[in-house]
Amino acid sequence: MKIIVCVKQVPDTSGKVAVNPDGTLNRASMATITNPDDLNAVEAALQLKEETGAQVIVVSMGPPPAEGMLREILARSADKAVLVSGREFGGSDTYATSQILAAAINKIGLEDDDVVFCGRQAIDGDTAQVGPQIAEKLGLPQVSYAADIHKEGDTLTIKRMLEDGYMTIKVHTPCLITCIKELNTPRYMSVGGVFEAYSKPYEVLDYNALKDDPLIDPSTIGLKGSPTNILTSFTPPQKGAGMMLEGADRATCEKLAGIMAAKHMI
Amino acid sequence: MDFHLSKEQEMVRKMYREFAETEVKPLAEEIDEEERFPMETVEKMAKLGMMGIYFPKQYGGAGGDVLSYAMCVEELAKVCGTTAVIVSAHTSLCCAPIFEHGTEEQKMKYLPDLLSGRKIGAFGLTEPGAGTDASGQQTMAVKNENGDYVLNGTKCFITNGNVADTFVIFAMTDKSKGNHGISAFIVEKSFPGFSTGKHEKKMGIRGSSTCDLIFEDCVVPKENLLGQEGKGFKIAMMTLDGGRIGIAAQALGLGEGAVNEAIKYTQERVQFGRRISQFQNTQFQLADMHTRMQAAQFLVYSAAMKKQNHEPYSMDAAMAKLFAAEAASDVTRRAVQLFGGYGYTREYPVERMMRDAKITEIYEGTSEVQRMVISSHLGVK
Repeated sequence: MKIIVCVKQVPDTSGKVAVNPDGTLNRASMATITNPDDLNAVEAALQLKEETGAQVIVVSMGPPPAEGMLREILARSADKAVLVSGREFGGSDTYATSQILAAAINKIGLEDDDVVFCGRQAIDGDTAQVGPQIAEKLGLPQVSYAADIHKEGDTLTIKRMLEDGYMTIKVHTPCLITCIKELNTPRYMSVGGVFEAYSKPYEVLDYNALKDDPLIDPSTIGLKGSPTNILTSFTPPQKGAGMMLEGADRATCEKLAGIMAAKHMI
Repeated sequence: MDFHLSKEQEMVRKMYREFAETEVKPLAEEIDEEERFPMETVEKMAKLGMMGIYFPKQYGGAGGDVLSYAMCVEELAKVCGTTAVIVSAHTSLCCAPIFEHGTEEQKMKYLPDLLSGRKIGAFGLTEPGAGTDASGQQTMAVKNENGDYVLNGTKCFITNGNVADTFVIFAMTDKSKGNHGISAFIVEKSFPGFSTGKHEKKMGIRGSSTCDLIFEDCVVPKENLLGQEGKGFKIAMMTLDGGRIGIAAQALGLGEGAVNEAIKYTQERVQFGRRISQFQNTQFQLADMHTRMQAAQFLVYSAAMKKQNHEPYSMDAAMAKLFAAEAASDVTRRAVQLFGGYGYTREYPVERMMRDAKITEIYEGTSEVQRMVISSHLGVK
């Protein structure tokens, strides 16, 4: 059994956000982190590995420096990393990205008892589209918002966390699951893992490695193959600190009503 | 000299930092206040390989290097001096002498549990009458009819004493030979005749365990003699050379932690209508503090790299500990001054850092002992 985990290196949004003239993010000038939801997906994969002995392969599309992030995931005890990287892939939106990642997963090879894990969404784009789109391209059943995962034989039982409750779904492998932060607490790298990280299998898939896949077509990848056009990007103005009123008594409610009335909210 | 860190060292430092900020910092104030040993943190560190960083995997170690170990102690000390010394004493004073002087059987018996952190280690050299003058050992080890050793005596100020399972203990096997009559032993907590005594109430590193070890006809099997009989003093001195890198790293982290806190605070605190970081005195103080800690870091890393490369490092470790400890005491004191009245309260961490820093000038060889070591290497008599 293989577990393929898709991860993304994202700007650390606790720092300053820089934007290119074309509206895309200026990633080079910003500190980067591993997308938080993707670390939950990695952790889910590693826990399943400990249970079943599965092999965990982590895949990312990004520029060569994304290797550092992949090595950190190897240091958490993933078995192999694959970086999908090439100028042809640059500027891809979610549609193009999922084409490329699906082709990469085809290249790695998806067998009957394999699973693909993704984070729910990345903190830079916040679209939550790439995971589901990969499932579409690969013709896999998909379960999103996983807050709990159990595997028995070739069946995964997933508890989905929705806004108004939970939904439990059973799905056969191969399948794709998107993970949310409630699923688990990502582990730290271990010291032993760090000192093994650079000797574990690491592969780079460029355009030439993927170009024979029917999903890879100049019209469907990169900036040109991306149907999304960014009109403008900006840093939202900072909101002022909120005001908290405590208590549910009449006086507090009247105070609240008074404040809202003064601001013409009621 | 090249201080370029390898990719692995950069990565492992990042991991220590995340761990320290998330798991260690939130407990630092509480364990100091309650004088409570943070066993839950030790269990977490054990799982991550932090209790056996620079030892080979064949004995259960993490396969890292000495600098990565020093950086671990440094990063922990930035937020908690107590947690840092737990790792340092365990690693440098118990795991290291067994690894460096033990037989293959001793290593296979003791190291897997110690390096994986399932068991905690400690070191017993100091006695009420044998501190800086370690040669004045009163603890006796007498051979019985089976060839085993019977230990009698008391050790004091033993870090990790109350929580350790495995001890490296020094005792006189032949009093007539002075230093050459001292031998080293591996002692288990469960050996009959072994017990721990009073817990010391300390000025700093209050969460760490510091207690007496008492030997009353404690029978230590002959297989547990560490190194040769009569070579104990040499083992102790070699062990302390390595230990000094750990304590120097602890001092380094404490000083750096205080600088970080002071930079943050002085940019928030307003007096006379200005942030106090805008005053030149603050700027100059912080510049001096950072410079001292940066110099300390060079000395500590240099000593660690020399040990890793099997070069002579005794003088380097002594210089690193001397400088880092005195710098840490100075820098943490200055940090309290920059915080003013708030720095003197337990609301802020700098007073704890100042209390924690003082011990680094005392244990594992006082600053005066370090000066003796350094001057002897210079051939000054």
